[in-house]
Amino acid sequence: MTLIVLLIPLFPLLGFLVLGLGFRAVPKKWATVIGTGTVLLSFIVSMVVAFNLRYFAATLPGFSFDWISIGPLKIPFAFLIDPLSVVMLLIVTGVGFLIHLYSVGYMKEDPGYNRFFAYMNLFVFFMLLLVLGANYPVMFIGWEGVGLCSYLLIGFWFKNREYNNAAKKAFIMNRIGDLGFLLGMFLIFNTFGSMSFGQVFAQAKSMPAGSPAIVAITLLLFVGAVGKSAQIPLYTWLPDAMAGPTPVSALIHAATMVTAGVYMIARSNILYVLAPATMTVIGITGLATALFAASIAIFQNDIKKVLAYSTISQLGYMFVGLSVGAFTGAMFHLTTHAFFKALLFLGAGSVIHALGGEQDIRNMGGLRSRLPKTYWTFLIGTIAIAGIPPLSGFFSKDEILLHVFEYSWPMWKFAVAGSLMTAFYMFRLLFLVFFRDFRGTEAQQHHMHESPPVMTTPLIILAILAAVGGVLNIPEIFDGGSRLSAFLAPVFADAAAVTAHQVPLPHSTEWLLMGITLAGVAGMVLWAFNRYVRKQPVLLPDSARRSFIPNLLTKKYYIDELYDFIIVKPLDRLSTFLHDVVEIRFIDRIVNGVGNMVVWTGNTVRFIQTGNVGFYMFIMILGIILILFLNILI
Amino acid sequence: MTALTTIPIHYYLVFCSTLFSIGVIGVLIKRNALVILMSIELMINSINLLLAAFSAYTNDPAGQIFVFFIMVVAAAEVAIGLAIVVLIYRTTHSIDINVLNKLKW
Amino acid sequence: MLTVILILIPLAISLILLTIKQEKAIRQFALAGAVVEFGVAVAAFITYKTSCHCNLLFTADWLTTLGVSLKFGMDGISLLMVMLTTFLVPVIILSSFSHTYSRPSAFYSLVLLMEMALVGVFVAFDGLIFYIFWELALIPAWFICAVWGGHDRIRITFKFFIYTFVGSLFMLVALIYLYFRTPLPHSFDFQWLYAATLTPAEQTWIFIAFFLAFAIKVPVFPLHTWQPDTYTAAPAAGSMLLGGIMLKMGIYGMIRWMIPICHQAVQLYAPVAIILAVTGIVYASVIAIRQNDMKRLVAYSSIAHVGLIAAGVFALTPYAMEGAVIQMVSHGINIVGLFIVIDLIEQRTGTRSIRDLGGIALKAPRLAIMFMIILLGSIALPLTNGFIGEFLLLLGLFEYSKIFAAIAGLTIIFSAVYMLRMYQRTMLGTTNGLTEQVSDLTWPEMVLFIPLVVMIFWIGLFPGMFLDVALPDVLQILNFVK
Repeated sequence: MTLIVLLIPLFPLLGFLVLGLGFRAVPKKWATVIGTGTVLLSFIVSMVVAFNLRYFAATLPGFSFDWISIGPLKIPFAFLIDPLSVVMLLIVTGVGFLIHLYSVGYMKEDPGYNRFFAYMNLFVFFMLLLVLGANYPVMFIGWEGVGLCSYLLIGFWFKNREYNNAAKKAFIMNRIGDLGFLLGMFLIFNTFGSMSFGQVFAQAKSMPAGSPAIVAITLLLFVGAVGKSAQIPLYTWLPDAMAGPTPVSALIHAATMVTAGVYMIARSNILYVLAPATMTVIGITGLATALFAASIAIFQNDIKKVLAYSTISQLGYMFVGLSVGAFTGAMFHLTTHAFFKALLFLGAGSVIHALGGEQDIRNMGGLRSRLPKTYWTFLIGTIAIAGIPPLSGFFSKDEILLHVFEYSWPMWKFAVAGSLMTAFYMFRLLFLVFFRDFRGTEAQQHHMHESPPVMTTPLIILAILAAVGGVLNIPEIFDGGSRLSAFLAPVFADAAAVTAHQVPLPHSTEWLLMGITLAGVAGMVLWAFNRYVRKQPVLLPDSARRSFIPNLLTKKYYIDELYDFIIVKPLDRLSTFLHDVVEIRFIDRIVNGVGNMVVWTGNTVRFIQTGNVGFYMFIMILGIILILFLNILI
Repeated sequence: MTALTTIPIHYYLVFCSTLFSIGVIGVLIKRNALVILMSIELMINSINLLLAAFSAYTNDPAGQIFVFFIMVVAAAEVAIGLAIVVLIYRTTHSIDINVLNKLKW
Repeated sequence: MLTVILILIPLAISLILLTIKQEKAIRQFALAGAVVEFGVAVAAFITYKTSCHCNLLFTADWLTTLGVSLKFGMDGISLLMVMLTTFLVPVIILSSFSHTYSRPSAFYSLVLLMEMALVGVFVAFDGLIFYIFWELALIPAWFICAVWGGHDRIRITFKFFIYTFVGSLFMLVALIYLYFRTPLPHSFDFQWLYAATLTPAEQTWIFIAFFLAFAIKVPVFPLHTWQPDTYTAAPAAGSMLLGGIMLKMGIYGMIRWMIPICHQAVQLYAPVAIILAVTGIVYASVIAIRQNDMKRLVAYSSIAHVGLIAAGVFALTPYAMEGAVIQMVSHGINIVGLFIVIDLIEQRTGTRSIRDLGGIALKAPRLAIMFMIILLGSIALPLTNGFIGEFLLLLGLFEYSKIFAAIAGLTIIFSAVYMLRMYQRTMLGTTNGLTEQVSDLTWPEMVLFIPLVVMIFWIGLFPGMFLDVALPDVLQILNFVK
């Protein structure tokens, strides 16, 4: 079993090495086979592992060799297979494979075809390391590695300066988070004397809740999660990251990498339940992000940006779920989100592909008849994300909302507000893209075509998953088995033991809450329908004057400008100042000053050298006499 | 007791100091390089005499051995000094030290 | 015996090179010699690992009355430094082949003389011998920079020479003073120097003297101002020798000489030194963000990186010290790689100005890949060599002080900022007039990168071998401060 686990990340790594080293020499056909095949193989092996785990063992032995080992510091390159990592494995390799398959069609004409698959395989490799790691450092390898791949793929079309800037921004913002993660690891090592999950969690169990060390650890790790999962205040890289090819947005910036933060916190659940202060911070951050991003999404006109803000908002929900201790709920939402958000992005990609690169929804419309498969799958994705039963999003979101309600009633109100906004902006997007008449150019209309089967097949599979994904964890109220909860229960057992067991809500309350949410969502859908389908939609160009709030939202609260003003520009100025003033005019001037002083002294003292022999002798004798007198005196 | 010790030591001291001072003054006030060299010889010899005198009084022959050393070294030094003076005279046609101020800053 | 052979081979080759006339023969002979030297170093490594832990000691009397003996040997730390030196010199020589230097025999002879001096510094077990090699290394370095350097080289190299030389003289004074504090009969042998009995005041003065000498060489903020200018003015090979190996002399000196000899003062003043080093990290990183000359940018990045190493040394914890040792090796490899990339770009476009470049990746994808790999090592991405060092350094520093570690940790953010900016502005984007005609790496040029890239991943993936070699000696050094 050990070696089989090793195969999972090995396949994509081999794919990367072959495509990366072979570079352009590998024929396109082979590149396709290698690029997608390796991920498929990983998926198959993951299925085998998952099957084994499900029916034979609670945890499987991982593979391990000593990576860094100095005295008590032992960091084995170890893998951990437990229900949590298996869930992530299946998402990464399964959804990853579908997206790879889709890319075959999407990237067909691109000259960097092989390079694209090399990077994608490398990404899958690092993501698998992140998921499989049995200690924080190995997780950190994956953590930084996926950041690198994200950088490479956002800037995939590296001729474009904007794209490169977006890529750099993503990497740097991630690195800010990574520093937090790194320091968190150090503190873990300092506190527990180990960085491996098993030992840390076992020791943490016996620690009192709210001890400062654990609060600090969890906060630092959360900083890492904030960077990776694009939460306030480090979220601005994600919308910019849409510069990358659309499959990248689907895989990295929707389904897998950005959820790493959620996974990490779910993995460290025992630490987090022992740090109520951190949980509050996470809850506030998550909720604020969810609302903030959703409100921006309402006014965006770039199809991918809407989805990007939607992703940020949904990630916010996952964090809210984590903060109230609904680890399963968060993981469940992560799973369904991977399905429907990947689906939505790929659908958006299909639209962009059909329109020859057009991304502005103001120039779309009426695509329903021309792109039927894309339309139907996109519709399913939209219904799923809006949380309308019986599609998957309803169940996962409902589970989080329910836990939020148990935890705090005002928080629930805000969370529901966010979910209503989600319904609105998603249906706005759907209606503007697929309904009424086409608003683009003649040429686009002429060129428009449904995507080839290699692209629509993944769409259909993902649509099915997004539709029925809810069965994974149908709650008890619907006579479901809560299978995912049961499956993940061993991982969250310790955390569940720490949190005070709450009396489950009466079914009547549950029904009521569900009813309120659904009524709101239905209202939102109708409102969007009224605004964008029944009436002629009002679409303002970017330059149009808007009243205060729409303007603020269209301009994304001016956060990018704010960061530019308070961080980027001052740093640039500081750099120039330090170099031109401190370095050259101060430090170096002192150094040169010492040298110049020697020169000056020499220049002054040389005048004693008069050349007059009599004078020299006089000085000499004066010196002798002085020495004599000094000898006598002292 | 040698002949040297028949004279009290402080006579030697006074005499040698006087001789030395004459030499110093000669070095300081004379402008002729030859005379300066001669004054230096005077200083050296005053020291030599003092060395010999103390050697006799303390019954330590080392002092007198030093005198011989000094005389040898002084002879060599005078030879070089005179050679330099001759060379200077050849190039500048003067041995007045106030003229010899080419070596200034 | 191997230790002495390691010193003699480059010396002999250096002398023989002076007699050869044809440039081609000079190059081949220099390269062959350097490779043989590396082979001997590998042999020494294997001997050390497998047979004894005899430190490969060699002793011969020299100035017996003064207590100076020709005592050479290697412990784990010196061994790694010697491996680094002998590994990098062939690469540096190979990278110089694309230049036609005037008086090639003198040039390659000086490079090998430099190698000899550097190896000597790392294997000297006698204080005075150490000092002699320390100063000897400065002479070829100065000639290489002053004769074959670039714009304004005389003024800059003069400053470099005087600056580092002044520091060294303080060390000489300290060594002589220590000599008189060793038990009778006095000796410069390192163990005798370790055993010198010093009052706290004496420790302080000797610490200051050593610190000046080593900190200028490293360089530690604020004694660094010679370095960016010198790296910029030096020829490519000179920058590599200085940045890749020579500045390691400073760190090595701190570990080998300063910490054991004045351990009390080191403990007392460690916070001051760490504050300086950490300030330097942030300071140099921030400056690097806006540099336009690629060499200057790398020079400032180097100040930041070695600042972290110096901070780690003064943290006086095993992890940090191990990190410092491994990071010295990694930094040497990475900075030489960066300088080679810069040199190749300069040869192809005639400029190092970031502003004037762009789009090279379109024309030279292999160069872009090599640059990216080295850059990743330099910004300490996990699985590359830089990560192992920085991880251990920061971990050790964290044990010493959490605040300092957090500030020093900013380097992982800043390094991404300035390195990626450099990469983006030179390699990415669209081509312009200068970069239109850039050709990709030829196979001989690829050969230059292969050993570097192999080492980047080797250390990154399997650091155990290197960590184990140094660990016993690191612990022994740290015993002094317990």
